Amino acid sequence: MSKPIYFDNHATTPVDPRVLDAMIPYFTENFGNAASRNHAYGWAAEDAVEKGRKQIASLIGATSKEIVFTSGATESNNLAIKGVAEMYAEKGNHIITAATEHKAVLDTCKHLEKKGCRITYLPLQGDGLIDLDMLRESITDKTILISIMYANNEIGVIQPMAEIGKIAKERGVLFHSDAVQACGKIPVNVIADGIDLLSITGHKLYGPKGVGALYVRRKSPRVQLTAQMDGGGHERGMRSGTLNVPAIVGLGAACELAQQEMAVESVRLRGLRDRLRAKLEANLEEVYINGSMEHRLPNNLNMSFAYVEGESLLMGINDIAVSSGSACTSATLEPSYVLKALGLGDDLAHTSIRFGLGRFNTEAEVDYVAQKMIDVVNKLRELSPLWEMFKDGVDLSKVQWTAH
Amino acid sequence: MAYSDKVVDHYNNPRNVGSMDKARTDVGTGMVGAPECGDVMKLQIQVNTETGVIEDAKFKTFGCGSAIASSSLATEWLKGKTVDEALDIKNTDIVNELSLPPVKIHCSVLAEDAIKAAINDYRTKQGAPVAAETVAH
Repeated sequence: MSKPIYFDNHATTPVDPRVLDAMIPYFTENFGNAASRNHAYGWAAEDAVEKGRKQIASLIGATSKEIVFTSGATESNNLAIKGVAEMYAEKGNHIITAATEHKAVLDTCKHLEKKGCRITYLPLQGDGLIDLDMLRESITDKTILISIMYANNEIGVIQPMAEIGKIAKERGVLFHSDAVQACGKIPVNVIADGIDLLSITGHKLYGPKGVGALYVRRKSPRVQLTAQMDGGGHERGMRSGTLNVPAIVGLGAACELAQQEMAVESVRLRGLRDRLRAKLEANLEEVYINGSMEHRLPNNLNMSFAYVEGESLLMGINDIAVSSGSACTSATLEPSYVLKALGLGDDLAHTSIRFGLGRFNTEAEVDYVAQKMIDVVNKLRELSPLWEMFKDGVDLSKVQWTAH
Repeated sequence: MAYSDKVVDHYNNPRNVGSMDKARTDVGTGMVGAPECGDVMKLQIQVNTETGVIEDAKFKTFGCGSAIASSSLATEWLKGKTVDEALDIKNTDIVNELSLPPVKIHCSVLAEDAIKAAINDYRTKQGAPVAAETVAH
């Protein structure tokens, strides 16, 4: 077992060695520019890019002409949302999104708000799902876009995509989804889900960092975007810039592998995740799962370990790589806004740990992590005045704290 | 974030963890912080009422490693000091001793507050006037 054990696969994943093998020739012998139309180096690069496009399209049920390459999902989200807002400005200026979106969506929306757009941030239900009735009621004749993530990066909760897509179609509103956590993990199909724009990135599905794609629907409706990067008019004018051929080859290969192995891999990861959950729940009291278990990625577990602060927990399990929703672990010193949106109190948000399992994790690692978590939580509870008060039957919500 | 060796040492081997009977008149209890802020410290001193010397100190802390280390260190420093000497412990002394980074200074402030709260509680029980600078902030 090599340490630290990596259980942070929602943050990023290692490149699969098979993906790396596919990429390497495109750094050296096949180094051509895919836009060079008049020699063999360019043709080889273009062939590789078109193969990658096909592999990505196949994973999400699209056609290869609908794939636009970007530098990653942050750029894909920016291009989708800003591109639609500018292109359809005459039709309307209202965008609907959710409170638990990734910052790449939320901050893009905030930017547009300053430019005169109106944004609705849908709240979440306690299980992490959006309320479809509330979505329906939020749509106005000025609404041009709904942007709802496929699966959440902290709690792994999967939104009802097909239902949202149906509502969007009925009302003639475009539907964008940030699908970086879902693609390659669960079946994603832009036709069945009624998705018009979809963001994907390489490094969450065992491909390289620095490459992503945006699916842009070409038929019923044909979606148009205002480019956010001016230049040589690559990618049907939607995203200028010389294509990163080796990374695109890697993203394509990663998508193909994910498609081939998803059925088996997702069952295996679900088994590991459920094993971890069962061990923790059997050996520790006062642990709480954050978000729906039913509508959830197979590789995600997000738990609060009441009365134990998250950063001190991470410090005790320093041979395990996971992340926490505790304020102490974030740059802003605020606890996770995703957990708060579920209605979780700050006290429980501070005690949360996110486990993200991946392709290379083993059952032995799960057993090690579970035991280590149990030992450290018990040790820290012995140190915790809150645990002592809880055990003495004190109602912590009634205590007069000296907040500062 | 990288922790200093001293923080790691206090985290791995916390000194003087435990609780005293807070009903005793020679015991002072200070509890500061709030669960929603991510840190709560409980610090207790047991004082020799004849000499005013702190004979024992105990803590329990819910908080990050630096908060645990700050309160653990505080109990070490308190033992053997008189109550008056203990009031001279400043948060900056804790910052220096543990090499706390700027984002963790609040942990040392909390430890100083806990010391003062414990002494206040002890003095109140002894019928002595409460020091003016110990108002919570």
